[in-house]
Amino acid sequence: MKPSPFDYHAPTTVAAALDLLREFGGDARLLAGGQTLVPMMNFRLAAPSVIVDLNRVKELDFIEASGDVVRIGAMTRQRTLEFSPLIAEKLPLLNKVIRMVGHLPTRSRGTVGGSLANADSAAELPMALQVLEGEVVVAGPNGQRAIKAADLFIDSMVTSLEEDEILIEVRLPVMSPNARFAADEFSRRRGDFAIAAVATVLTFEEGRCKTARLATAGVSPASTRLSAAEQLLEGEVIDADAIARAGEAAAEAIEPMADRNASEAYRRHLTKTLTMRVLDRAMQ
Amino acid sequence: MTQPVEIKCVVNGKPVTGSCEPRTLLADFLRENLNLTGTHVGCEHGVCGVCSVAVNGHAVRSCLMLAAQAHGAEITTIEGIARNGQFHPVQKAFHENHALQCGFCTPGMLAVSIDFLSTNASPTEEETREALSAVICRCTGYQNIVKAVMAAAAEMRGETVRSDESELAHV
Repeated sequence: MKPSPFDYHAPTTVAAALDLLREFGGDARLLAGGQTLVPMMNFRLAAPSVIVDLNRVKELDFIEASGDVVRIGAMTRQRTLEFSPLIAEKLPLLNKVIRMVGHLPTRSRGTVGGSLANADSAAELPMALQVLEGEVVVAGPNGQRAIKAADLFIDSMVTSLEEDEILIEVRLPVMSPNARFAADEFSRRRGDFAIAAVATVLTFEEGRCKTARLATAGVSPASTRLSAAEQLLEGEVIDADAIARAGEAAAEAIEPMADRNASEAYRRHLTKTLTMRVLDRAMQ
Repeated sequence: MTQPVEIKCVVNGKPVTGSCEPRTLLADFLRENLNLTGTHVGCEHGVCGVCSVAVNGHAVRSCLMLAAQAHGAEITTIEGIARNGQFHPVQKAFHENHALQCGFCTPGMLAVSIDFLSTNASPTEEETREALSAVICRCTGYQNIVKAVMAAAAEMRGETVRSDESELAHV
């Protein structure tokens, strides 16, 4: 299974990549880590006549902290994130979640921006962006704009990026040093696409939950926040009872998918179980 | 016919130049342009891991890279893992622990095992199993592969003595 023929361009700057997108329009596809696009091309489910390879755009490969924000270039390899001391220190939830993404060899090529722009329903990085309330920076012919996580993921493999835009950066607020967090996913085999996943980040003040953030992957077409559960938890002491109620609220509020991996009912059940499990684990 | 791409890279320590269509996958470039057929092609869509090779020191699935993307890279395939007739400690451990049967997945298993150990010199069995789940093996049930990788890790930490069987038994 081999890709169909295409013209290949490997620009070295974002500006040049944007020019190529403008020149070729809908005939062109951006190539980042290739861990999703190349299989599709090998199957000929995708057959772009032009490939704009971003792997030589070095300006998109960075991890920096500026003040309270960690900035990550879109072409930063998932593997770079995994072993980054800065990420481990300032975004420990991301350090945990990145290990759930595929396998070490796929993380050697897969990129942070590519995963977010691809927005697979089961992808863990969109869930991380949601739970950490991050945003992405997008470059287009008319300049740059920021898109918050809540506004980015529209549907399975659909984001609010326009066709002529390139996701160039991810920005995440540094986690509170006292934040409690956990993430878990369920799949039939370890490393398979998540049938359901939940991540949580909690902050506290005087023994009560100050902010509660919960987000999913795999459950709905797009990664979502579990706002009903969040609202139940904020201001409360997080004990077994609160956790149980949050689990119920999460399961009730979501709109789960049904597919060959799981029914709606099963995903709803998994959402409740995983919500309770991550809250429990975060509290330990 | 699309414009061919020129590729200059280093494969198993030797500079290589080649030319191919942009759509040529790295796995096929290695096998067909360079006659390095030790890299095997399993699923051709990046799920089996059998085609894994090292690019710039990191294991990657070569069916998911375009050869064009290897321009400027250093690549190590199975043909380059043993040096000067000596097995790499991981190869030696695979040999001693019967970690291969048909051998089809073995080049990929070695690439991933070597990379994994470079990130974790003292893995637990659970961590080793997790890492090896990146490559599908239909013969061994993984048990001896896990043993081999953990034995290699111990040797590489200097915990076991390298015996005379470290040399290749055959060439």
